[in-house]
Amino acid sequence: MNSSDLTAKRRSAERRFKYYGLAAIAVTVIFLAILILDIVVKALPAFTVNQLVLPVTIDATKVDASNPAAGDFPALLKETLAKEFPDVQSRGDKKKLNALLSARAADGLQEQVASDPSLIGKTIAVPISLSSGADLHLKGFTDAQLDEKQAAWLAALKDKGFIQHGFAWSFFTQGDSREPESAGIKGALIGSILVICVTLMFALPLGVAAALYLEEFAPKNRMTDLIEVNINNLAAVPSIIFGLLGLAVFLNGFGLPRSTALVGGLVLALLVLPTIIIASRAAIRSVPPSIKEAALGVGASHMQAVFHHVLPLAVPGILTGTILGVARALGETAPLLMIGMIAFIVDVPHGFTDAATVLPVQVFLWSDLPEAAFKSRTAAAILVLLVLLFCINAVAIYLRNKFERRW
Amino acid sequence: MNDMSFQTIMTPAIPKIAAAREAKIIASAVDVHYGDKQAIKNLSISIPDRAVSAFIGPSGCGKSTFLRSINRMNDTIPGCKVTGKITLDGEDIYARNLDVVELRARIGMVFQKPNPFPKTIFENVAYGPRIHGLARDKQDMERIVVESLKKAGLFEEVKDRLTQPGTGLSGGQQQRLCIARAIAVNPEVILMDEPCSALDPIATARIEELIHELKENFCIVIVTHSMQQAARVSDLTAFFHLGVLVEVGDTDVMFTKPQDKRTQDYITGRFG
Repeated sequence: MNSSDLTAKRRSAERRFKYYGLAAIAVTVIFLAILILDIVVKALPAFTVNQLVLPVTIDATKVDASNPAAGDFPALLKETLAKEFPDVQSRGDKKKLNALLSARAADGLQEQVASDPSLIGKTIAVPISLSSGADLHLKGFTDAQLDEKQAAWLAALKDKGFIQHGFAWSFFTQGDSREPESAGIKGALIGSILVICVTLMFALPLGVAAALYLEEFAPKNRMTDLIEVNINNLAAVPSIIFGLLGLAVFLNGFGLPRSTALVGGLVLALLVLPTIIIASRAAIRSVPPSIKEAALGVGASHMQAVFHHVLPLAVPGILTGTILGVARALGETAPLLMIGMIAFIVDVPHGFTDAATVLPVQVFLWSDLPEAAFKSRTAAAILVLLVLLFCINAVAIYLRNKFERRW
Repeated sequence: MNDMSFQTIMTPAIPKIAAAREAKIIASAVDVHYGDKQAIKNLSISIPDRAVSAFIGPSGCGKSTFLRSINRMNDTIPGCKVTGKITLDGEDIYARNLDVVELRARIGMVFQKPNPFPKTIFENVAYGPRIHGLARDKQDMERIVVESLKKAGLFEEVKDRLTQPGTGLSGGQQQRLCIARAIAVNPEVILMDEPCSALDPIATARIEELIHELKENFCIVIVTHSMQQAARVSDLTAFFHLGVLVEVGDTDVMFTKPQDKRTQDYITGRFG
């Protein structure tokens, strides 16, 4: 074989390698694009809502001015709706007509009148929630479980201009619900943020302290080798095991309240601790030893050298590792199931010891429900989770660039 | 190896510089081990104050190891054991009750590769005085920093950019910044571990000039691979070979009339 043959062969090998790389990237990008596109398309219906804006006369006989909150608002709504369709007479048809409204349709009306009793006797137009079926039908979904009559009534209401289409703020302002039209993400979002706060609060100082000690102060002997091996093993332990540990230690051992952000955060802190320790050790090790020697050379103690010079230079790496750990924790479901965060929780948590749920668990719960409208809510919850992850990553990149120094 | 190799030859029997100056550092029967490996064998030397002593010898001969034993930098190396006695002004530096941090403040060190902190030029110099509480207030600190930079011959070049990173300076300037940092804590001894090996000839000349000025006030010990450098800057030269201090003497005598064959071979470039 002469040299020009060899050259040609080498060049074609290089070209082939380049194409393999490009193909790999293309496949990755395509799958990612399909995934995100699919989620976004499925989630979009959850971000808009159709509401019925019907002038309702607050009948003084139905609502007592001395106790407006106890008034029979559902009946009031049903009467108003029935007036729009005088030809609906049969009991079955009436039931079907009322089924267009959400089971909690009267809540908004009740709230408004309760806060302002002077409205009694007046006619007001309040947005009224439609049932999820009616909402989906208006969004053009044909499998929305409405029969022909209901569809015709809905069309009539729309023709009269009583249907209002808008952004579904309620998705971000309400907690979970059995009714898809009033189920919101706020509870899970706040829950996730609280859990992550607890996780960071415990895992970051513990992880950095452990890494610093192991890397800088611990004697190098069998014991520390053993600890090191076990930390690496711990990083690979399936997450559900940490859930069992949390159940045994935090709930049964310490008696902390179950399904709270505090316990969830502690369990996830255990989960991400090995990741943070490993990343922090790598970051500390990558600081040039000459910097530490320089500090020791001017008479800094070992501790001063580490805290004044080594640690600040390791911060970008530590942050990157921590964020990776937190991102993992944010997406964890399994360990939280073990400590009761799977419970159906309607209230938005107000503190670390309130019962809470988190975004991935909410996704899991909603994906299991039969109502068609929960399909879009599941996708929307995934989207919120992804956006939260991107935000956290953005913060990490910002902090890393801010602290990064060159030498 | 016979017993002769453990004897240090003095050239002349009492070097002139050792007679002219007080001894600052005295090492007697020092052995240094890295684990099972012996790096220094039965070393005894007396290093004069306000003079430059140069350690020369081939790579791996133990000269840096001994240098790092003087400010106990070897403590940070796992498995390193120093036996024998090293005294600074008659005080045993390996004594149990001696604080190694105070010792290192008295014995400054300049390293082979310039290693400024990734901080501003001012902060680089101010760090030592700050942790030792040498400055009473901000003005005092500024005075110390400016004086140290002046002594290191760097002030004129950097006076307009004290708040810029020290790592942005050229190699030679960085090394002078490291010298300024070392003298800012007002040490008695300055150890230099091949301070010019990463520098070009012009920067090297500048540092050598500086060493010459600094020896008026400090006891300077320099490890170097360049025999010309040792000949140019030092008053006392010590030749190390395979962990043994072979020969110590006045520089001018050592480079003209070495007594030991190994010294002669090394100086004339026949090995090493």
